[in-house]
Amino acid sequence: MDIVGLYNYWIVIFLMMAGFYVVIARGNLIKKLVGLNVFQASVFVLYISMGKVTGGTAPIIAEGITNYSNPLPHVLILTAIVVGVATTALGLALVVRIRQAYGTIEEDEIHKLDDDS
Amino acid sequence: MAVTVVAIVRVRNLFAVAMLGGIYSLLAASMFVALDAVDVAFTEAAVGAGISTVLFLGTLAVTSQQEKLPAHSQIIPLFVCAVTGAALIYGSLDMARFGDPKAPIHHHVAPLYLEESQGATSVPNVVTSVLASYRGYDTLGEVTVIFTAGIGVILLLGSWRRGRRKKEDEEA
Amino acid sequence: MNDYLVLRVVTKLLMPFILLFALYVQFHGDFGPGGGFQAGVIFASGFILYALIFGVENAESILPDGILRSGMAGGVLLYAGVGIVSLLMGGNFLDYSVLQHDPVHGQHLGISVIEFGVGTTVACVMITVFYTFARWKG
Repeated sequence: MDIVGLYNYWIVIFLMMAGFYVVIARGNLIKKLVGLNVFQASVFVLYISMGKVTGGTAPIIAEGITNYSNPLPHVLILTAIVVGVATTALGLALVVRIRQAYGTIEEDEIHKLDDDS
Repeated sequence: MAVTVVAIVRVRNLFAVAMLGGIYSLLAASMFVALDAVDVAFTEAAVGAGISTVLFLGTLAVTSQQEKLPAHSQIIPLFVCAVTGAALIYGSLDMARFGDPKAPIHHHVAPLYLEESQGATSVPNVVTSVLASYRGYDTLGEVTVIFTAGIGVILLLGSWRRGRRKKEDEEA
Repeated sequence: MNDYLVLRVVTKLLMPFILLFALYVQFHGDFGPGGGFQAGVIFASGFILYALIFGVENAESILPDGILRSGMAGGVLLYAGVGIVSLLMGGNFLDYSVLQHDPVHGQHLGISVIEFGVGTTVACVMITVFYTFARWKG
């Protein structure tokens, strides 16, 4: 069995776990959002690498080329990226409002302020 | 990419983290070009390296720049990540090999798109024709999501409320 | 930012090319790489560059809020409107084949129009988001 051919998944899994770790282990809300972006980009890489065909070219029909990479993952990820940045913007807007309301963007301090009041 | 990600996890200065996030996106974009996804690379370069970095910096300008160490222990999250990663690697053993033309993903609807879209829509870029025509409903939904996110940002941070308050002040 | 002469000159030089490139990506997306999402984002990043260097007030005088907000809604409405027009012309929702006598031409027209809708919405949302972040004073 050809284990080496799976390396693309392992890179993706490493990136994904790094993003996941930042999201659950760090208390800073902006850092959490960056971690979420890393996680998201790793999913993009997963999809695109699945769509790759050895010897294929970009899926734009041209004469004399018969071997194309799979266009479907490209379509899905294209929309996902733009939706991702829109939701990131929404998350950052929430962070700014939280900062205004609590004076901090550290999760622990927010919990403490909630408990005190 | 892996080095950049490790740096993102370690570095505590949020300004540097935002810039590293941009670099990470740019690397991902160049990787997409190598993987034949030119449309996606385009978008990722403009969005990830451009707009979202600017947005992160804009947020940092109004919040603090330094991250504090979390009070709770780091071991449990690390353990959870390790277990999940191990499970995913175990799952990946059954996946198709990288670049294998016989993988199941290439034998579902993709050949149909590749063969028919040129004749049916006269658009040579298959990504565009699938995006707009075959999966038109999906794309309509995505555009609505973006629109809604924009409305949300305006509602959260928008100036219309301030404008109204100014008007009330003038009336008073 | 008024002191950085190099940045101001370079921005002025680059702006038309960025916007032109965005329009090229928008309307040439059928043949080469590109389409509404990419074009919208590139267009927005051109304006964000301008607003970064020359200040949001100057950028607002070119693209005021009203235009941006109507653009946000207009793009979605244009997309859905194409769907409704195709319904009225006897096809299914978003079935572009009925838009013209020749189904292939109809498809092409439909794709171009909805890509334009997508591009408008994406560009307007991105610029609006940047404006609101830049104006926020806390």
